[in-house]
Amino acid sequence: MELDPLILSRIQFAFVVSFHAIFPVFTIGLASYIALLEGLGYKTKNPVWTTLSTFWTKVFAVVFGMGVVSGIVMSFQFGTNWSNFAQASANFLGPILSYEVLTAFFLEAAFLGVLLFGRDKVPPGAHLFSAIMVAVGTLISTFWILSANSWMQTPAGTEFRDGAFHILSWGEAIFNPSFKFRLMHMVLASFLTGSFVVAGVSAWYILKGREVEANKKALSMCLWLLLFIAPAQAVVGDFHGLNTLEHQPMKVAAMEGHWETSTNVPLLLFAIPDQENQTNHFEIGIPSLASLILTHDFDGEILGLKEVPVEEQPPVAIVFWSFRVMVGLGMLMILFAITGLVLRKGGRLYKARWYLQGLRAMSIAPFLAVLTGWFVTETGRAPWLVYGMMTQAESVTPSLTGGMALFTLIGYILVYASIFSAGLYYLMRVLYVGLEGDGGHTEDEADRPARPLSAAHVQFEYDAEENAANPAKTATEGGQQ
Amino acid sequence: MEVFDLALIWAFIIGFGIIMYVLMDGFDLGIGILFPFAPSEEDRDTMMNSVAPVWDGNETWLVLGGAGLLAAFPMVYSIILPAMYIGVFLMLAGLIFRGVAFEFRFKARSSRYLWNWSFAGGSTVATFAQGAVVGAYIQGFNTVDGVYVGGALDWLTPFTVLTGLGTLAGYALLGSTWLILKTEGRLQDWAYRITTPLLITVLVVFGIISVWTPFVDHMVWERWFSNLGIIWILPAITLLFAFQIWRSVRNRFEGMPFVATMGLFITTYLGLIVSRWPYVVPPNYTLWDAASAPEAQLFLLLGLLFVIPIILVYTAWTYWVFRGKVRAGEGYH
Repeated sequence: MELDPLILSRIQFAFVVSFHAIFPVFTIGLASYIALLEGLGYKTKNPVWTTLSTFWTKVFAVVFGMGVVSGIVMSFQFGTNWSNFAQASANFLGPILSYEVLTAFFLEAAFLGVLLFGRDKVPPGAHLFSAIMVAVGTLISTFWILSANSWMQTPAGTEFRDGAFHILSWGEAIFNPSFKFRLMHMVLASFLTGSFVVAGVSAWYILKGREVEANKKALSMCLWLLLFIAPAQAVVGDFHGLNTLEHQPMKVAAMEGHWETSTNVPLLLFAIPDQENQTNHFEIGIPSLASLILTHDFDGEILGLKEVPVEEQPPVAIVFWSFRVMVGLGMLMILFAITGLVLRKGGRLYKARWYLQGLRAMSIAPFLAVLTGWFVTETGRAPWLVYGMMTQAESVTPSLTGGMALFTLIGYILVYASIFSAGLYYLMRVLYVGLEGDGGHTEDEADRPARPLSAAHVQFEYDAEENAANPAKTATEGGQQ
Repeated sequence: MEVFDLALIWAFIIGFGIIMYVLMDGFDLGIGILFPFAPSEEDRDTMMNSVAPVWDGNETWLVLGGAGLLAAFPMVYSIILPAMYIGVFLMLAGLIFRGVAFEFRFKARSSRYLWNWSFAGGSTVATFAQGAVVGAYIQGFNTVDGVYVGGALDWLTPFTVLTGLGTLAGYALLGSTWLILKTEGRLQDWAYRITTPLLITVLVVFGIISVWTPFVDHMVWERWFSNLGIIWILPAITLLFAFQIWRSVRNRFEGMPFVATMGLFITTYLGLIVSRWPYVVPPNYTLWDAASAPEAQLFLLLGLLFVIPIILVYTAWTYWVFRGKVRAGEGYH
């Protein structure tokens, strides 16, 4: 079989960026949650908020560290595999991505250290301020990255001449047409991720009877937040979809599995798209609903995929199914948020074990929703890299061979598999040791700066002699170094 | 004509970033290279403790360099990265393995040996790859119309293997002189003992590279042997620094070996720059050819002028906090 460097580069980019994305999407939400906890602790002086904040800051540190490590790889991907794209888009993407890096470093240099290690060393107000600045910093990072991506989806403010994009207006390029919808959608996704992970972990502690009072507070708080965020995400997603319909109609056609331009388009619940024959098999749909959602009119006309030649269509099946997984998970999140309210009104929130178990399982849902959402927006742009301007085939590094791309693809998979399984395993250890952990550890001078992961003092291995029936004892041992 | 030559300003910024990176990540990579040869496991703890608080700050310069190159000199970014495709992967994989080893080794007990290998192997591979990039830069790149057209392993030649090995020896020397500065007792004795052989290795390898380089490329030959007599001051100062390292090790000075090694690196780096100036993608493209549009360079420059001083102050502060000797059993954890 002929190895295609384009396909392999796309797989490699999808792999490394997906792997990277799961870390920041969580830390962005968690940073805001920690700032909220710090704010509550500062205002009410109730130590339970500080306990929660200290614990989640530890989790934040580990996840942030993994995000930084996987991010180093990202800053070289454009050059190694997409050098024509890098060369052509550098006038815009270079400064934008550099600003993201500068934001991250500025944040780490100035405030992360204080948040992680400074609780007893700086006044409470300064600590709160650092927590807020870390949260704001993660949002500014999001701003730059989403601006870069949105420009690739809906390029504006630039013109293509002499083989490169040149800036006509920074404002129009940065605030390009799809930017605000994508940014809001992503920020809400991060908040959903943070809330569902905290809710899921709190539910698990409550089920195990550990630090129940603090975890009840955390769970209750998350469920209130979710009651607003989850439905808001559906609304923002709708606006985002309408914006996509305006600027990238073929992406929407792929999301809907819609081949022929027509009116009264059904909303397909199930179908097996067949790109070769340009049709669907086993369609199950609700008549006219897609037209209603997308045009707010049952008779609304929606462009079909056949408007463009096959080679200009995105891979329909991936987009179609990723979209359904994302929306389905979103609906499930709303359902969980509302169920929480119903149980709360009945006073059964902390007793309904099935619900707490369900929340545990749901902690992975936002990650899947975020990844499938990105699959929709990224593969839905195919074959374009800069929509309507530059294709993926034009962007790939000319000197790249299939063998080189395969070598690094396998290499990255091996490196990530070993490193990040160690990281995730360690994260599980931190969660297992829990809120009671770190008992034996006292911070010393040498703890002060820099390394995020060192904010957690949990031992790496699971000890055979650790007594699972006595987690508090385990925690104390784990905390001693 | 513009008032400021933005491309030139950016060349200085990137050049400054590279030497900052080489000096700072150089010694902590060097610790990794020396790691397997340390006298004992306890000494390994101390070695790692001596760089643990600063290493990730050191690596920020690399990420900044990657992003800055894309923004300011996209042609360099989009030619050298494809040309070094396999080497870049090896460097990144090495940096990842050694980076996480810092975090997990202290928290591990039975799996500690795995993190030792991860740290030493990752550091060695990453260093060799960086040295090979330098060698490949001296060799020049096979380009047509601003695009790399060579093969996957064009960069891997006897010359780049030598520059890779030279960088290994150089970083190890930075590492051993750092240990002289930061440790005491048995570990410091060991560091003193290995510094002189490392210095000789560095001088021999750098010497061969220096003699070889003018033959690799005619332009370098012209630069050194035609009219610019003044630049011969650089190798002269380099030798003075080498002598200073040897003398200060013999007199068991603690700070001077590290300072003189940094001096040796800086003059070698300047020698490299004058050999190729103003070509950033030899043999065809100068820094002005490779620059991005002025508006892009200016837009980022504004942010950079604000953030770089903060990073420098923070870096200095971190080193200040961790000044003094690292002792066994205490320190970082």
